[in-house]
Amino acid sequence: MHLVVQAVIFGILVGGVYALMASGVTLVFGIMRVINVAQGAMVILGAYLSYSLFTRLGIDPFVSILLIGPVMFALGVGIHRVFIRSLRPGSAEEMSLLVTWATALAIEGVLSMVYTTNYRSTIPSYAQKSWTLAGYHVPVVRVLAFVLSVVILAGMYVLLQRTRFGRSVRAIVQNPTSAKLLGVNADTVAGLGFGLGISTAAAAGAVYGVVYPFNPGSHYDLISRLLSIVVLGGLGSLTGAVVAAMLLGVTESIVAVTIAPIWAPFVFFIVLIAILLFRPQGLFGVRERGAL
Amino acid sequence: VSRTSTLGLARAAVIFGGLLAFPFLFPQPWLVNMAFFVLMYAALAQAWNVLGGYSGYVSLGHAAFFGLGAYAEAILFSHIDIGSPGYLPFLVLPAIGVGVALMSVPIAWVALRTRALTFAIVTLTLLFVVQTLAFNLRWLTNGSQGLSVPSPSFFPYERPYYLCVLGIFALATLVSWQVRRDKLGLVLLAIRDDEDKALGLGAHVSVAKVTAFGISVGLTAMVGGVWAYYLGFIYPQFAIDPLVTIGTVLAVFLGGSGTVWGPALGAFILVPTQQWLAYEYGTSQVYLIAYAAVFLIIIILLPQGILPSIQEARRRRRGGGTGRAERVPAAAAVRTPST
Repeated sequence: MHLVVQAVIFGILVGGVYALMASGVTLVFGIMRVINVAQGAMVILGAYLSYSLFTRLGIDPFVSILLIGPVMFALGVGIHRVFIRSLRPGSAEEMSLLVTWATALAIEGVLSMVYTTNYRSTIPSYAQKSWTLAGYHVPVVRVLAFVLSVVILAGMYVLLQRTRFGRSVRAIVQNPTSAKLLGVNADTVAGLGFGLGISTAAAAGAVYGVVYPFNPGSHYDLISRLLSIVVLGGLGSLTGAVVAAMLLGVTESIVAVTIAPIWAPFVFFIVLIAILLFRPQGLFGVRERGAL
Repeated sequence: VSRTSTLGLARAAVIFGGLLAFPFLFPQPWLVNMAFFVLMYAALAQAWNVLGGYSGYVSLGHAAFFGLGAYAEAILFSHIDIGSPGYLPFLVLPAIGVGVALMSVPIAWVALRTRALTFAIVTLTLLFVVQTLAFNLRWLTNGSQGLSVPSPSFFPYERPYYLCVLGIFALATLVSWQVRRDKLGLVLLAIRDDEDKALGLGAHVSVAKVTAFGISVGLTAMVGGVWAYYLGFIYPQFAIDPLVTIGTVLAVFLGGSGTVWGPALGAFILVPTQQWLAYEYGTSQVYLIAYAAVFLIIIILLPQGILPSIQEARRRRRGGGTGRAERVPAAAAVRTPST
């Protein structure tokens, strides 16, 4: 029992970081119906940038987010402008899948050339510290990572609910044609949305690098998790992504202690199959927009 | 027999005749080895095209079935003898193909409950699941230690493998051509253009999708089997490798998705280029970047692929029509509730 509770604590903490990564995927999908398969690679890129800033300049990984966030935002806007916007409308959905996959490959290739394929970790002074709460072990970095994720997600929620940009985003998610007719500049919003999605990956990446060792190929582990999360939550739903990330984070963590760590990734697939059988639109997905 | 199909038959005879003669005209091992991989990707691309090209359901998980075929071959022949000189592993390939195709039916049935984008996600996840299984089911797959397949006493060593993969490539091309002419092909193309309308018109879309999936992954598994036998040693991360899917999909889109010869053409261009890059730049990851670059170039400059672009240009030069009708934009198609 003690082990299971410990696993739940770990699961919630890691679920928060998954939620942050997945929120970018689901936001981008909601705005432009593009599945960003490169999100995992973006996370790893963020992890490497933060690693470099830490080892070369001694900048704390949590502080480095302030630097790499804007850089990756610009990268996202650039990728959208050059590649995604130029897709032809007829085949945009399937081609966008391939474009983002190609982007993931390019990132993996560049990172392997620059950093080699050895595993790295960002290890700040507090990396090994942990608190003990009622007999349970709570690592400091994981709590910081969780808090950071919650803060960024809350910021995103406010951005979407309270600002002019957020209203434009929601208008496009609900009905792209009407939004355009009402004067929303869909291209600009999509570009900014893509940039925002990538910068969540940057933030999550900086944190990921502190919690887990990573190499350029690590994005493969991440992407199937992230995609399962957004399908479970319902493509395009931010709330869904957060709930699904927590659910899967906790389940994965429980399976890891009760069965074996090697079977933990399986949880995602089993949940995915169950979802497809019983509720193909996901927990919070809307059925009417269909064509998934 | 119409004039076009006579021409088509002649074209096929020349291509396959040439390929058959190749290892006898150019017996250098390195050339035959490279040709093996070219044909391997050509066969994979043809197989992928039956589902992905015709129906528009982009599968990112075909490497999982490639790996299943490879492991089926390796597991089988770590228990039984390959005979002398060792043709038995070739002879069981059809059985592996049929077995994997049948096994894929329930998977396809679940995966194809989703529409294109989610389908891509599900198949991508499937790839990692099969890879995890290959790592974890140690009693069967020997985990990360890998499995070895006994090596035969062929001379010259590469030629039988080459001829076998050529046979699979020919089979895949024949199947792809037959599907395209058949009613199945029409249903698949209708699904690609507008699945809801196809369903409304009474086409058996589910049956067509599952059938195409079975054919596609069965052929893929056969290629995996001969690959495992050729390499003689397989590991989970190489037998079930996202790069195999990527190379395949890239070849299909480069040559022309949904055409009979396009995928093969793509493989004939892509694989030698990749091998040259690997040779020129060693084992570094340059070819990853090159793959990505080719991908992006195709998407921006040749969104339809080489073959359809050539056909369109030719038709335009002859005057008259504006070429093939553009596909109905998805955004313009009426969005109706999914099944």
